[in-house]
Amino acid sequence: MSVVTQIQPHRPGRFRVFIGRAFSRPSFVIGFTIIVMSIALALFPQIFAPYDPLAFDMTAIQQAPSLAHPFGTDNFGRDVLSRVIWAYRVDMQMALFATIFALTIGVTVGAFVGYYGGIADTIFGRCVDAIITFPFLVLVIAIVAVLGPGLVNMYIAITIVNWVYYARLTRAEIMTQKANDYAAAGRVLGYSDRRIIFRHLLPNAMSPIIVYWMTDMALAILLGSSLGYLGLGAQPPAAEWGVLISEGRNFLLTAWWMSLMPGLAIVLTGLGFSLLGDALADLLRPKGR
Amino acid sequence: MANPQQETVLELRHLRTEFGSRQHPLVAVDDVSFAVKAGEILGLVGESGSGKSITLRSILGIVRPRGRVGGEILWKGRDLAALDEAALRKVRGREIAMIFQEPMSSLNPLLTVGLQISENLVAHTGLDAKARKARAIELLEMVGIPSARDRLGDYPHEFSGGMRQRVMIAIALASNPQLLLADEPTTALDVTIQDQILRLIQSLSRDLGMAVILVTHDMGVVAQTCDRVAVMYGGRLCEVGTTSQVIADARHPYALGLLRSIPRDVAPRTPLYSIPGAPPALNALPLGCAFTTRCPVAGPECRDLRPPLETVGQFHEVACHHRVEALAHFRQQEAAQ
Repeated sequence: MSVVTQIQPHRPGRFRVFIGRAFSRPSFVIGFTIIVMSIALALFPQIFAPYDPLAFDMTAIQQAPSLAHPFGTDNFGRDVLSRVIWAYRVDMQMALFATIFALTIGVTVGAFVGYYGGIADTIFGRCVDAIITFPFLVLVIAIVAVLGPGLVNMYIAITIVNWVYYARLTRAEIMTQKANDYAAAGRVLGYSDRRIIFRHLLPNAMSPIIVYWMTDMALAILLGSSLGYLGLGAQPPAAEWGVLISEGRNFLLTAWWMSLMPGLAIVLTGLGFSLLGDALADLLRPKGR
Repeated sequence: MANPQQETVLELRHLRTEFGSRQHPLVAVDDVSFAVKAGEILGLVGESGSGKSITLRSILGIVRPRGRVGGEILWKGRDLAALDEAALRKVRGREIAMIFQEPMSSLNPLLTVGLQISENLVAHTGLDAKARKARAIELLEMVGIPSARDRLGDYPHEFSGGMRQRVMIAIALASNPQLLLADEPTTALDVTIQDQILRLIQSLSRDLGMAVILVTHDMGVVAQTCDRVAVMYGGRLCEVGTTSQVIADARHPYALGLLRSIPRDVAPRTPLYSIPGAPPALNALPLGCAFTTRCPVAGPECRDLRPPLETVGQFHEVACHHRVEALAHFRQQEAAQ
């Protein structure tokens, strides 16, 4: 018996196994590549952009895509490719900041109300009802209108509305996890509620939240560029995809590339987040646990 | 049998646990009193819904805040029923530990077994990281997990059901509790593993002088493991005694019925005996004896008058108005077979 059990088969590390499974999935590979490239562009636009995104060139106004300007130029002769690349910085930042605070607040609140239930849960439920009664975009626009346009105010507005979606999701997940015996086991071992929530329940509840977060980042980019388009988000002359589309809308017939190229960037990045979220949903799903 | 000179570690006095509204409470545990001595294994037997698990959970206060616990739970001179959550937390896991029925869901699937053991050690002992690891290995070896050192880094899903229950026991034992509450620890396991786990609990209780309350609905488990037995029905105790007394000389009609429903020397294809009827709902418990509606010897007073636990022998107590008739009834039934 002891001889048999002494033999330990060589096992590859769990992280390695996970990475291996992830990269055997086309949706993960494509999504991951798009997002990594987007992050690289957002971090180092000066390396990738061939021109200064703000430099006017009156000799090259509204030029169609060519070798010198692959995405064409706009009505001030600025290189559209360089502006789209610099816009990655703003838009990726929007994907992060419009969601991360909502995620933090929502997950914390959701975890507590899901764990304790009772009167806190009832009050929370009514707050959620009140917020989700309004159409998302309308409520955000209303809040931005009160606070004034600009990126920071936009983040605040989106966070005020968006946290309830994370909180609802977390609450439901925590309530499911709470029914498992390991939550009761934590209580009988004398662990504090906070320890049970954050060390035991929440990590087990995290995977659908992460998946939703990926999707939500795509939505945040859409929302941010919508607000930019409407003049409520990023302010010109800053390069932001919504702003770029808005700048090009008067020239749709003569210089279609001015709006099309930033539009494609939105589609591509959104697709990247969606594919990544989709793949993670599959990868993180417990298999016959 | 436990040494009668051993000191009593836990004493329940008139424990009452209720749920729901105060006007129409659902009483899950009603006036339950018993005591456990150090090193003793007490079996708490009854069918589903008889209140045995709630009794255990009441001791540690984890039925709160939804359940209300009344009566006294005397643990080393303190009344656990009167302690607040923060004070109870110091008792939980450190002095009294508990294991559950489902070893599959009682462990956190995301943390390695070693981490989960050392988490309890962090919470309840002052050991440093190195000492914790050594202790974790020692604990896993104590509960009979082979090559314990290599298994510290394994996750719960890499263990079988029986091994997980051993891990649960190891976690529970980490802080040397004086009382282990075992809530049907073997129900989810197959029979051979069940036997191993029961023997493990038995030997740990003996070697560590640890008292155990073992909740089960299996009379076989009781006969094999326990020193004393308390039979519960409808949230109340109906018979308490040593294992041999309850098994060989049961007096309460419910205990007699339970024992009769164990198949012994039956020819193939004969229908097995079962107590007729179903346990009463918590909101429809009679004022008197809870077993009245299913009792073959119930008289008119049983419904309204609660029979007290009366001593019928040394250590042996029974709550029934018709003990003599019950015994005669079941003797006759047995003879008729």
